[in-house]
Amino acid sequence: MKRKLHEIAHSRAGDKGDITNVSLFPYRPEHYALLREQVTAAAVKAHFGDMVRGEVLRYEVPSIQGLNFVLHGTRSGGVSSAPDLDAHGKSLSFGLLEMEIEIPGGEG
Amino acid sequence: MTKTLRIGCGAGYAGDRIDPAVTLAERGDIRYLCFECLAERTIAIAQLEKAADPGKGYGPFLEERMEAVLPFCARDGLVVVTNLGAANPPAALEKTLEIARRLGTGPLRLGAVTGDDVLETVLAGNDPVAETGAPVRDLGDRLLSANAYLGAEAILPALRAGCRVVLTGRVADPSLFLAPMIHEFRWDLGDWRRLGAGTALGHLLECAAQVTGGFFADPGVKDVPRLEDVGFPIAEVSPDGGGVITKVPGTGGRVDLRTCREQMLYEIHDPSAYLTPDVTADFSAVLMEDLGQDRVRIANAAGRARPESLKVSLGVREGFLGEGEISFAGRGALERARMAGEIVLRRLERAGIPRNLVKVEIIGYNALLGPIAERGFPVPSDARLRVAARLEDRRQAERVGEEVENLYLNGPAGAGGARKAARPVIAIYTTFLPRERVRTELTIREAP
Repeated sequence: MKRKLHEIAHSRAGDKGDITNVSLFPYRPEHYALLREQVTAAAVKAHFGDMVRGEVLRYEVPSIQGLNFVLHGTRSGGVSSAPDLDAHGKSLSFGLLEMEIEIPGGEG
Repeated sequence: MTKTLRIGCGAGYAGDRIDPAVTLAERGDIRYLCFECLAERTIAIAQLEKAADPGKGYGPFLEERMEAVLPFCARDGLVVVTNLGAANPPAALEKTLEIARRLGTGPLRLGAVTGDDVLETVLAGNDPVAETGAPVRDLGDRLLSANAYLGAEAILPALRAGCRVVLTGRVADPSLFLAPMIHEFRWDLGDWRRLGAGTALGHLLECAAQVTGGFFADPGVKDVPRLEDVGFPIAEVSPDGGGVITKVPGTGGRVDLRTCREQMLYEIHDPSAYLTPDVTADFSAVLMEDLGQDRVRIANAAGRARPESLKVSLGVREGFLGEGEISFAGRGALERARMAGEIVLRRLERAGIPRNLVKVEIIGYNALLGPIAERGFPVPSDARLRVAARLEDRRQAERVGEEVENLYLNGPAGAGGARKAARPVIAIYTTFLPRERVRTELTIREAP
């Protein structure tokens, strides 16, 4: 069944210039494989649509069950010059958690 | 050797709370208290203050923080390391000396580290701006500040000299915490594994409460007790560079695997190559173990040789940000906010401000999540239009807020609560300098 990421995972966003990184961790260890398989860089890029002008890279840190997404071009000019309300992009973690994934029946 | 070194973080940004640092000094059983108080833009603003008054240009709240912790430096031998020197560490040193005298702390050695200010160096050189490729010097008088990120190495002479307070300008955040580790454990500056491991702990500490439950709570899902009393973090560092992240018992917040995991990857790109002036740190195989009672063991972070050049942050004047907001409520609130936004766009177009320069967002609907929000969230009961643009001319920037305010009488029904603002923008760019072109210096003062 389709579930939103926030039901099985937590996330934090941080900024460096106009690049935002968004981390993702499962609440339950058995869901890490699911995140790895379905929350690909391409899927995240598609999910954010035109909020991300550049590429999305994904790094894996299995020792802490983490995925790290690096979103290029989320803010024009970075925190000190972006016109956006959330110039840091700190709220983008909750944007990622709105993404839907397929969870095998009965699980979660 | 089983001796561990306890280091606390007293602030994670320039305006952070003061009282958690006092709690750490009183009850944290710490040897070092480090304050990270220098966002990229803060130093450019401080540079402007210094230009207006040579006795200013240090970080905000220097006085309050020093008044709070200097008594502990004198009485308990606590050592404070901070980048609160901002654009003017020597002025911060004089101010701190003045406070120590006024408080009657007794003998206290204070140090200021300079050399991060490389404005003249980059204006005289041919170094390119990393983002644009154009020479830095072409920025001319738009360039307000140029500060190299110094490493732990620049702080060591002050620690060796026995300074109880070390005031720096731009230093890489984790280096503030790594310097005491190198000094106390006598790590070699080429011991990349230990420097990488220590940098991991420094990185976990540098944003203060972000590892002890701040920036984490989500009621009913990720609960955090008493954030109004959140305890700032302590690292218990082992001689091998591993350690335990914890906080003062009885304070609010929490330290667990989740808070530590989130902070480990905060503001990280490639976890196997986190570049600092000290080391190329590698967090890609870091191990964490929850020991209970707000204690998490961190192990297995590593490192490789440090980058050849130093990153330099450039503060550049870049026009003005003008913005305006106004709210709508009840039935059709969203439609009226949209209509209002379109009216402002047309008015600004007529004033010579093309719509592609103007950001229109509706707070309560799509301001933060744009297209994600527009895919199927319920319609809000109130909607707040926000219009913003970065423009070269201050008068044009002011016009943005004025056109929004004008909607009171000229816009859709029931427009309320307008606010407007216009402020200068200081953008941050980057260049790199070979290490040999950056010279650091230590100045010492003695409180009587």
